[in-house]
Amino acid sequence: MSYTLGQEQLDRMEDILQQNLVDIGVRCVFLIDMAGNIIANKDNGKIKHDVYSLAALAAGNFGAVSAMAKIIGEGEFSLLFHKGKKENIHFNKINADFLLITIFSNEISLGFLRLKVGEAAEMIEKILSEITTP
Amino acid sequence: MAFVNPKKKEVQVKIVYYGPGRGGKTTNLEYIYKKFSARIKTEMVTIKTHGDRTLFFDFLPFDIGKVNGYDIKVQLYTVPGQVKYNATRRLVLRGVDGIVFVADSMMVRREKNILSIKNLQADLANYKKSIFKIPIVLQFNKVDLAEQGIPLTPVETLEKDLNSQLKTSAFKASALKGTNVVQTMKKIISMTISTIVKELK
Ligand SMILES: Nc1nc2c(ncn2[C@@H]2O[C@H](COP(=O)(O)OP(=O)(O)OP(=O)(O)O)[C@@H](O)[C@H]2O)c(=O)[nH]1
Ligand SMILES: [Mg+2]
Repeated sequence: MSYTLGQEQLDRMEDILQQNLVDIGVRCVFLIDMAGNIIANKDNGKIKHDVYSLAALAAGNFGAVSAMAKIIGEGEFSLLFHKGKKENIHFNKINADFLLITIFSNEISLGFLRLKVGEAAEMIEKILSEITTP
Repeated sequence: MAFVNPKKKEVQVKIVYYGPGRGGKTTNLEYIYKKFSARIKTEMVTIKTHGDRTLFFDFLPFDIGKVNGYDIKVQLYTVPGQVKYNATRRLVLRGVDGIVFVADSMMVRREKNILSIKNLQADLANYKKSIFKIPIVLQFNKVDLAEQGIPLTPVETLEKDLNSQLKTSAFKASALKGTNVVQTMKKIISMTISTIVKELK
């Protein structure tokens, strides 16, 4: 089985990632599905992470954390965030099938980032809901 | 589930090595990683215990070039074979496009193989997939142990135990020595891609 998105939808999603996140100073952002595929990604052009490995690990990590939430009787955790000395990584669930992962430095506050991620997630969800996921 | 990106002209395909604990799944990926080190530019990702048992998964991205103008990015994964890692094993199968079932040819592991393939069937059913519909290849691993006089399950018995209903390709292999490791991988990739190409038409 396979699925696809239209060129036009991918363009719109990349614009959202660029304008909402990269333009405010985020280093790198990617939209993935729960299987670990990368749907769209944008970065500030300065760093090159191994995005495919990051996507595989992020999908696995998110899956494991969701399974833990279920076991302890939480539907899901509302904030998924790893803090480092310089770099931070933030996870935002778009819907049952997609995740938005953001890597950002301490120059951006978590509160502001969450606001911008939330807005982007909402717009992306709208685009994704236009297409019938298989 | 493979993702086809018309913008980047790219297809991402997920292939999972499944099978009983200590069967040689990780060793398959390690061999591929070594053999194709010139082509694989990233590190192999492994999440394992101190004792080298897979805890969550191994991950190896592998670019195989173009098919019908699309760049094919194959993502190879292994699951943890140990029964106690049921929950994480299932997570790795999410969105799987093709499976290599690595069976352990050692006689003492015969029951473990049968149990594992039943588990696979259940894990796939959990994602509403059928073991009879998904591209799958069998590998009877560790055949090199015959030289050391270690009793192996005869191929006919392995076929009967694991392949009597599936009726798919099976390779006698040694992941440690590299025998038929690449052949196994090529077979599953071509089966998986042709399934995807058929769907795209
Ligand atoms: N003789 C021989 N030993 C092998 C072969 N393949 C794997 N082994 C050995 O078997 C042991 C287990 O191999 P792994 O590749 O870690 O097995 P696995 O299936 O990944 O195991 P889990 O991660 O626990 O599910 C290691 O000591 C390997 O060296 C083989 O073809 N021949
Ligand atoms: Mg392993």
